Amino acid sequence: MRGNSLSINIAGLQLKNPVILASGILGYTSASLQSIAENGVGAVVTKSIGLKPRSGYSNPTVVQTKCGLINAMGLPNPGIDAYASEIRQAKALLTVPLIVSVYGFSAEEYAETARRAVEAGADAVELNVSCPHVKETGVEIGQNPEVLVEVVRKVKAVVGKPVIVKLSPNVTDIAELAEAAADAGADALTAINTLRAMAIDIETARPILSNKRGGLSGPAIKPIALRCVYDLYEKVKIPLIGCGGITDWRDAVEFLLAGASAVQVGTAVALKSPAVFKAINRGVSAYLRKKKLESVKDLVGLAHRS
Amino acid sequence: MLTAANTLRVTRVSSVRVESPTVKTFTFKDKLCAKARPGQFIMIWIPGVDEIPLSIMNVEKGEVSVAVKAVGEATCALHGMKVGDKVGVRGPFGSYFTETPGRVLLVGGGTGVAPLLFLAKRLSARAKRLALVMGAKTKSELLFLDQFTALCTAKSMIAATEDGSYGLKCLATEPVETLLKKENFDMIYACGPEPMVRQIFLIAEKYVIPIEASLERLMRCGLGLCGSCMIGKYRVCKDGPVFNATQLREVKDELGVSKLDFDGKRIRF
Repeated sequence: MRGNSLSINIAGLQLKNPVILASGILGYTSASLQSIAENGVGAVVTKSIGLKPRSGYSNPTVVQTKCGLINAMGLPNPGIDAYASEIRQAKALLTVPLIVSVYGFSAEEYAETARRAVEAGADAVELNVSCPHVKETGVEIGQNPEVLVEVVRKVKAVVGKPVIVKLSPNVTDIAELAEAAADAGADALTAINTLRAMAIDIETARPILSNKRGGLSGPAIKPIALRCVYDLYEKVKIPLIGCGGITDWRDAVEFLLAGASAVQVGTAVALKSPAVFKAINRGVSAYLRKKKLESVKDLVGLAHRS
Repeated sequence: MLTAANTLRVTRVSSVRVESPTVKTFTFKDKLCAKARPGQFIMIWIPGVDEIPLSIMNVEKGEVSVAVKAVGEATCALHGMKVGDKVGVRGPFGSYFTETPGRVLLVGGGTGVAPLLFLAKRLSARAKRLALVMGAKTKSELLFLDQFTALCTAKSMIAATEDGSYGLKCLATEPVETLLKKENFDMIYACGPEPMVRQIFLIAEKYVIPIEASLERLMRCGLGLCGSCMIGKYRVCKDGPVFNATQLREVKDELGVSKLDFDGKRIRF
């Protein structure tokens, strides 16, 4: 009964609970995805995979600030050729949906990588059109409605599985991009990716990250992400996945109330531990019982009534 | 939690010691790192160059020391540093050796002896027996011979070089097996190149002796977040770098066989 109360369907993906591993966190190998799955996630999202291998930036790639982490990994990944076998292995191990995060330097690259990810067994793809620290991809795609529409259309044309679009907060109006993605055929939206940020060491008077600029994650961005989800719920009909600074069940409930059908957790895996997934689910379950609600579905968007 | 250990601190190099033609020991002040346990590591930022993980070799009076072999851009840049130069520090991070006070065998290869020296200092007064097998390519790369001799006594120290320039001419694995045929140990602590660690692990299994080994992988975040250092289901930076026999058994297929490269692709050792 408790398991049932947490289950939710997002654009055809059946999740046993609404807590998803966010992209970029421990998502290289099938063994690590499986290990996270054992910690009670509803689904996992892989690291962002591109058409070709990328080494990413040199260290420091992560810096802790007083209010969260700033990272600029630089999209290190083995490329879809090598990663296809990891997807196949992960599919053989996992009992939860496998969402492959995909990036590209053109609409064609997004489409080809997504197609091959699905061919290898991905249950869905999440388009990274929001990475804030690599030129000519990520947010440079996702901040322009016309380019974004082209990417989503080309991916949808070659992929028969749900296509999720992960949006950036580093734009003037996130709702405009969300509507463009939805109109182009996106099946769901993830909001949000990290916020452009940096840290400078005052002793050496140097930016700490090797890439100088990175993306801020963690508790500091939660209120921003929450506002984005709340706004998007009023603008688009497709399901929303909340992401940004979620560290406990209260945060997760807030996102559900704002209109998210599920949430993604990333930074908290490091700041707490992989056990954070179970803890969030336990808390959401208890909250449902206390509020005498049958299902997590009853929470979605509840803060919008009146 | 946002912890003090994760926060970058900038400190100055307080001493540099030449240990071998390719290895130098760097010491600097850092209160948090000075509380580290043997087996733990720190991330050192060389401003403008890189940030790399290094095993702790010693802590003393609010200072921490690391032994660094010049092999790449970051370690060569570090070798160019002098007393007073600034470095960034994060940590200490990761798991540590259990410090079993029984009959103990230390097995180190190359700069892998550094954390074992730290451990030997903690164990020398408490262990019933403290033996060391250390291996290196050549005599000049056998590190901390005097210090280990003082801690383990000359009788309990076996050195092996690949070119036979000092001690036995063989890999560290041979004298380990010879020792285990003759006597029993309560614990083996190993650190060194992963293929060596693999062989020592297999020998420990054969003779049914508990083992803890410190592993090294490509590391980026040091926080257990990015997944660059995975071995099996474990994060070397957070679940390791010290693993016990049960964990090593779980990652046996990968141990000393394959690892993830900079782009996350699996490569063979």
